Amino acid sequence: MKFLQNFGEYILFLKAVFTKPEKLKIFRQQIITESYNIGNSSYGIIALISTFIGAVSTIQIGYQFEGSLLPDYLIGRIVRDSNILEFAPTITALVLGGKVGSSIASEIGTMKVTEQIDALEIMGINAASHTSFAKIIGGVITIPMLVLYAMILSLVGGAVSGWLSGIISVEGFVKGLRTGFVGYNVVFAMTKAYTFSFIITSISAFQGFRTVGGALEVGESSTNAVVYSCIGIIFFDFILSQLMLF
Amino acid sequence: MIIVENVNKTFGNKHVLKDFSAKFYKGKCNFIIGASGGGKSVLMKCMVGLITPETGSITFDDRDFLKLNYKEKINVRKDIGMLFQNTALFDSLSVEENVAFPLRMFTTFTEEEISDRVNFCLSRVNLINLNKFAPSNISGGQKKRVGIARAIALNPKYLFCDEPNSGLDPLTSRLIDELIKDITIEYQITTIINTHDMKSLFVMGDNIVFIHQGNKWWEGEKEGIRSSENNELLAFMEASEF
Repeated sequence: MKFLQNFGEYILFLKAVFTKPEKLKIFRQQIITESYNIGNSSYGIIALISTFIGAVSTIQIGYQFEGSLLPDYLIGRIVRDSNILEFAPTITALVLGGKVGSSIASEIGTMKVTEQIDALEIMGINAASHTSFAKIIGGVITIPMLVLYAMILSLVGGAVSGWLSGIISVEGFVKGLRTGFVGYNVVFAMTKAYTFSFIITSISAFQGFRTVGGALEVGESSTNAVVYSCIGIIFFDFILSQLMLF
Repeated sequence: MIIVENVNKTFGNKHVLKDFSAKFYKGKCNFIIGASGGGKSVLMKCMVGLITPETGSITFDDRDFLKLNYKEKINVRKDIGMLFQNTALFDSLSVEENVAFPLRMFTTFTEEEISDRVNFCLSRVNLINLNKFAPSNISGGQKKRVGIARAIALNPKYLFCDEPNSGLDPLTSRLIDELIKDITIEYQITTIINTHDMKSLFVMGDNIVFIHQGNKWWEGEKEGIRSSENNELLAFMEASEF
């Protein structure tokens, strides 16, 4: 029952958010700022994580191949598919769910408890839209770009770790990357990326906006934003995989 | 003028405002006083539209706020300026951007016109050379003055001040009082001040409403307070050492 009530409030929040902005010029500027903030604050951690995931997956797949009759270049193919289909979009989204999600929830939550949201409402501004719309659009623009970036770096990390550990040569790894490439996999991964980016930004904004109380509640909203975003991500990961891969 | 008539507001079983009625006059500093938990803040939130009362009417110069549609309410809200207890300045914006904010949202002013208006409002509250500062880098008194500058940027007809002196030293407090009084008279604003500060009340109060347990307990001019026979009001004044 509580879940249904929360879901209903979330839908009403989204209805309030997706309204025509007061001033398009200001809205455009907000989108640029939010996109920049999300991308600029996250590309380092995403680079680190995705490179190492690519590296580790190469070593682990190489370990599985040890003593088998399968050709080595298949390591590159498996690393490619596992990273494009799952690791890059899902791990990136989970990391950003923590980083971007908590940032959005705590920013809006602090605005709520310090009466900045009330100030907007009294001025006659739709506070839900003003605080959240640009963040959602900014996230939907930037997070898929970070996923694409994570895909590339994970493959680079895989190639480098394969070469450094002597599991597979760079040429062999690249041959594997080029074998049986299916473009649809990238479409699937980007569909997940767009879905996850909407989940992260909208759920976090909602959690921030419903904050009532003080600093303790802002922390609680921030935690809830991360938890519910992660649940949303893994749930829609399953749904999209079922819908798009079979 | 703002007329509040028969306003009722409950939260669960708690009846916070009970058939509350009062008038707040143009060009005057109208004070709402009373003990904590008496309903002052709820009344103010009802008046600015942050809380919707169950019954009653709140009329802003012939515009019954509770009966207006969304767009009409926005037009009324553009005539409202509010100074919050904790200033509610936007953290992410500088001092000048805070004051410019309502101008950017609601006017078609050019950047030059906005800059002129911002500088005028900041100089009106005696703040100069702080334009580029972040709200976190200025003092409490300066924040209050930025809050007033932002509240008057759009030439409001109604100014609401929630505990304007809380957390300020006596001198700064006096400055803020004088500023609010001057602005009220100069621009003929209907100013409503929610406070516990009796010193402010005796310096600048024109019309006083004493609210007790959600009821209007007393209403009148400040000169009438001492001669009042209302026990709760007298106890409140005595506790304030006046």
